[in-house]
Order: sequence, then C-alpha cells, then structure tokens
Amino acid sequence: MQHDEVIWQVIRHNHCSFMAKITTGNFCKNPYNATGICNRSSCPLANSRYATIRDHEGVFYLYMKTIERAHMPNKLWERVKLPRNYEKALETIDKHLEYWPKLLVHKIKQRLTKMTQYRIRMRKLELKVREKIMTVPRKVKKRESRREEKAEKAAILDKSIEKELLERLKKGVYGDIYNYPVQAYNNVLEMEGLQPSGEEEKEEEPEIEYVEGYDELEEEWDMEDFGRFVADDDYDMDEDEDDEMDTSDQPVKKSRKGGDDSDLASKKAKRKGKVLIEVENDDDMGDRQKTHILA
Amino acid sequence: MAEGKRKREPAVAGAQVEEEKKSRDGKDKKRRMLPSLIKNKLKRMEVHAKVKREKRVEKKKKAKARVDAHKRALELGEEPPPVRIPRTIENTREPDETVCKPDDEELFVGNDADEFSQILKQEHAPKILITTCRFNSSRGPAFIQELLSVIPNAHYHKRGTYELKKIIEYANKKEFTSIIVVHTNQVENQVNALLIINLPDGPTAHFKLSKLVLRKDIKNHGNPNPATSPKLVLNNFTTRLGHRVGRLIQSLFPQDPYFRGRRVVTFHNQRDFIFFRHHRYVFESKETKVDTKDTAAKNDKGKNLTQTKMIARLQECGPRFTLKLISLQHGTFDSKGGEFEWVHKPEMDTSRRRFFL
Repeated sequence: MQHDEVIWQVIRHNHCSFMAKITTGNFCKNPYNATGICNRSSCPLANSRYATIRDHEGVFYLYMKTIERAHMPNKLWERVKLPRNYEKALETIDKHLEYWPKLLVHKIKQRLTKMTQYRIRMRKLELKVREKIMTVPRKVKKRESRREEKAEKAAILDKSIEKELLERLKKGVYGDIYNYPVQAYNNVLEMEGLQPSGEEEKEEEPEIEYVEGYDELEEEWDMEDFGRFVADDDYDMDEDEDDEMDTSDQPVKKSRKGGDDSDLASKKAKRKGKVLIEVENDDDMGDRQKTHILA
Repeated sequence: MAEGKRKREPAVAGAQVEEEKKSRDGKDKKRRMLPSLIKNKLKRMEVHAKVKREKRVEKKKKAKARVDAHKRALELGEEPPPVRIPRTIENTREPDETVCKPDDEELFVGNDADEFSQILKQEHAPKILITTCRFNSSRGPAFIQELLSVIPNAHYHKRGTYELKKIIEYANKKEFTSIIVVHTNQVENQVNALLIINLPDGPTAHFKLSKLVLRKDIKNHGNPNPATSPKLVLNNFTTRLGHRVGRLIQSLFPQDPYFRGRRVVTFHNQRDFIFFRHHRYVFESKETKVDTKDTAAKNDKGKNLTQTKMIARLQECGPRFTLKLISLQHGTFDSKGGEFEWVHKPEMDTSRRRFFL
C-alpha cells in the first residue's frame, strides 16, 4: 500500500539522494519535480498522484502519475504531448488534470509559463552572434612569450631598418627629395670603392679645363675640408679629378707650376691624398671589416 | 668509491693500457669521470667549476688562435682561413617549398589578380575604419589614438553592439578599404588581438597582439606628423603566405612614390613574429677616424685621416608591438561558414625550426 506520509517521513528525516541543501534552502534534483523545491507537496516520491511538465528537444510533455500504477514503476509515468501554442497547452492541461487538486494544477501552469519563456529566449539567442571565449593554456602562453623574446633579439630591428633605408637611398628610390648633398655623397661612395653611376661618362671633357683651377686651390684644400659638405664648384672639380688621378698622372704634371717635378710629383701625389687614401682606405676598410667579422 | 675505482684502473692495468688511454682523446678519459657522478656535493661543485674554467680557457685560446691565423694570413698575402658561420635558427630553418623566389611568374600573375592589386596600383586610396570589440568603454583604448596617428586616412568609430557583418556592410557602403578591429581582453583591459579585414570581400587576418608599448612610455619619443604618409618597410616575408600577409599590410598604407615625409613604419617578420616599429629618420654623414698604418701619410697631413660614411639616424615615435598571425580567412569575417586559408594549430609549434610566414 502507498503511505505517502510514511515515505515522506523516511525521506525527509533520514536521507533523500535527490535533496540538495543550499544556503537559501532545500532543493530537489529529481527531474519529475514540478517546482524544484524539496517540499511535502512537491516531492514526486511522496505523492502518489503527481504531474509535471518536462522538455524534450524543444517539445513540452505533460507527465502524470497515479496511484493505480504505483506497483509498476516501468509504466508509472504517462506522458501527453503539449501543443506548441501556449493557450492551447493550457487548455490541454485543464482537460487532463480536471479533477486534480487545484494547487498542483496551478504549479504546473506556472511551470509551463516559465518554460515557454525560456524556450523563446533560447531560440532568440541562437540567432544572435555570441562571442566565444577561447582559453590559451598557460604552457603555450609561456612558450610563445619566450619565443617572442628570442625572436626580438635575433631581429636586430634598428640596424635592419637603417640598412633598408640606406639601401633604398643608394638605389635612388628617393631621387632628389632628400637634402643631402649629392656631390659629397658621391665622394663618399668613391671612397668606399664604389662608382656612382653617371661618373664615368664625364671623364673626357673637363680633363684639361679643371686641372688648373684645382691647382690654385691646392694650398687651401685640406683633408679636413673633405668632411665638410659644401656644394661648391671646388668639389665638382675635385671629384672629377679623382677619376683622372687614378688613370693618369700626366695632366697633373703638366700643370705643375714650379719646382722639382719629381719632388712635387711625389709630394703632390701624397698630398692629393685622394689617390693614396683610396688605396689605403680600401685596405684599412678591408682589414677593419675583416677583423670585425672575426671578432 | 666508483670514481676511486675508475682512477685506479689505468694504474693497475699496466703500461699498455695506459698508452692506449693516452692515445685516445683526453675527452674519453674525462668522460669517464663525469663530475655529475660524484656524490659529495662540495667536491662535485669544485670539480664542475674547474671543468668549466678549463673549458672557457680552451675556448678563448682557440678564438685567439683563429684571429692570429687570420691576421698572419692577411699579412702574408695568403688566403685567410674561411670564416666560420655561426649556426642560427634562421640558418637551420626547415626548408619550405612555398618560399617565394624572385623570378616566380606565378607570383606576379597572382599579385595582379589579387584583392589588393587595386589599392596597391593606386587606383583607390586606402581608407581605414578602426573600431573595437563589443561591450567596450566608449573611449576605447589609448592604443587607438596612436594607431590613428600612424596610419593616414584612418577613422575611428565606436562599436556599439553592431554585429561585425553589419559593420562590414556599412563600411562597404561608405567605401572604406579596410577595417581594423582592436580587441581587448575584458578582464584586464589590455589589447590582445587585431583583426584586419580588407574590403570588399577581401581576406581577413586575425593577429594576436603582444608587447604593446605606447608612445608615452617610450623614452625620447618623437612626435610624428600625421599629415605625411609614412614609408613602409616589410622585412622577411618569404613564403607565399607571408607575401600575402605583407600585401595585406601594404594595402593599409597609401602608395606614393614621391614621398616627402621622413616617417618610416616597419613590419619586420622574424620567426613568425611581426614586429611593428614607427620611426622618424634622417640621413646624415658621419666622420669616423680611420687609423692608417702608413705613418708617412699621417705625418704629411699632420692629423688623422677621416672617413665619411652615410648613416641613417632613427628616432622612435609611435607605438611598438608584435603581431602573430592566428588565422587568415579568404572572405570577409565569418567565423562559422568561412573558408580559411591558414589556421594556426598547436601541432604546428612542435618543431622549433619551422616557420610559416
């Protein structure tokens, strides 16, 4: 026989595995519970006539249990599919639970209301775009940061940027935009052993013309001046002279003003500096470059 | 005890064994007496320190010998011994068949039919829309202000709660060429990701952003002039994928061959990390003293010879950060139904010598 009271006493005072005690109260984890609270009137085990609404894949079913089937646990719960329309579902509930206690029917209708509300909300949310939070495991995070640091050290950024800019400048991508003195730059290129592009064509013409002028300025010209960038004609002459100096000493000798040819020649050659300097510099540069690589 | 026994062995075995042992490498003998096998900690530490010291002395000797040999060879006018190249990760990178070669016809044809070709050929001027992720503060991170100063013709719009797809439609209508979405970590309010979407229906690149340093935190920073367009330097984008990403970045900036400004923006790829730097630069000539061995010349001049070099001087301005590509999607942003050209998977990190950009 079913003694609900006895069952309730036993469950409540000894142990019910569906009961969950939280700070705010006692709750029932039984899926057939209509309210979710552990109560004398809400316990599906301690009431032989009970009903609930459960949701299966978005469809609501009304579950009922009666005392006539209490001895057949397999066939205990009878289920009825509720229509999707809220009002029609209410009518169906009324029809099936006509002679049942009003309290239970009321609780079931409340449950139906809540479930339809949250079903609508779930469907709306599915359509919206939600941001998903991706977690990164700590090991991976650390590994990435370590690799990043090492990559930053391997990429010597400042030097590579400067190198890239200078390369572009040399290629002439920038044309005449930058106010760096063109002749001086060409001088510098020569010193490094490179030939600026248009230089060689100018060789023949100014050969005789400029030599004398250069002679006049000889005394004033110093190695120091070489560093200063004055876009003068002097420098024009100087740089043209350079090419010639390499190839032939004759124009210089011709224009010698006085004194021993040989002495002056040697002196001049040294003093011109540019010829000698070029050779020496190349060596030195080479040396320095090579030692730099080794060290 | 074990060590003692080992030491005693050669002595006991006799002259023959000793000779054999001597003819072997000293290393062999040492290997048999590894300091890590000594159980006494104090003694072990001593032996280990001694071994380390000896190793260091040996290494220095070898280096000095190399340098001397080199100098001698140069003096004698002979061929100096070949310089040994140190092994680096870049040297030993796993060979990638998608590395772009300079004479690759296919690449150039691909470039022409690219989504970026229109902008890069200067048919459109780039117009950038910058925004943040949803549920962000209305002002947005300070990073956005700096981005606005770096990229010319960039506009910032607040995000609101619009879906990204709607934003893309809006931007298409208003003829923007790219969208940059700056993503912040909700919890820490730090910028951690960047989404660059090329319009219309261009590829979407998702980058992870790290090591962000704002302009105010950089010492001696310079203030850029946002009216001028910066020069762009893209280093080390070797593979096909890298090339594509490089072009994507290039399409953010206006292509103007007649530059007048002095700003340079660098995206340097090293081991799949793209380092972003923003500098102001100036070309200068620098005199460096050259010490010559020819004393005669020195005496003549009475002063040292100077050599002039052209250098570029940089002053850092603007933010500094690193990007790492997480995924590259073929169309515009569509996380569910999109076609991904490249996605980073954790199993790609297993080899330390394999890089994809």
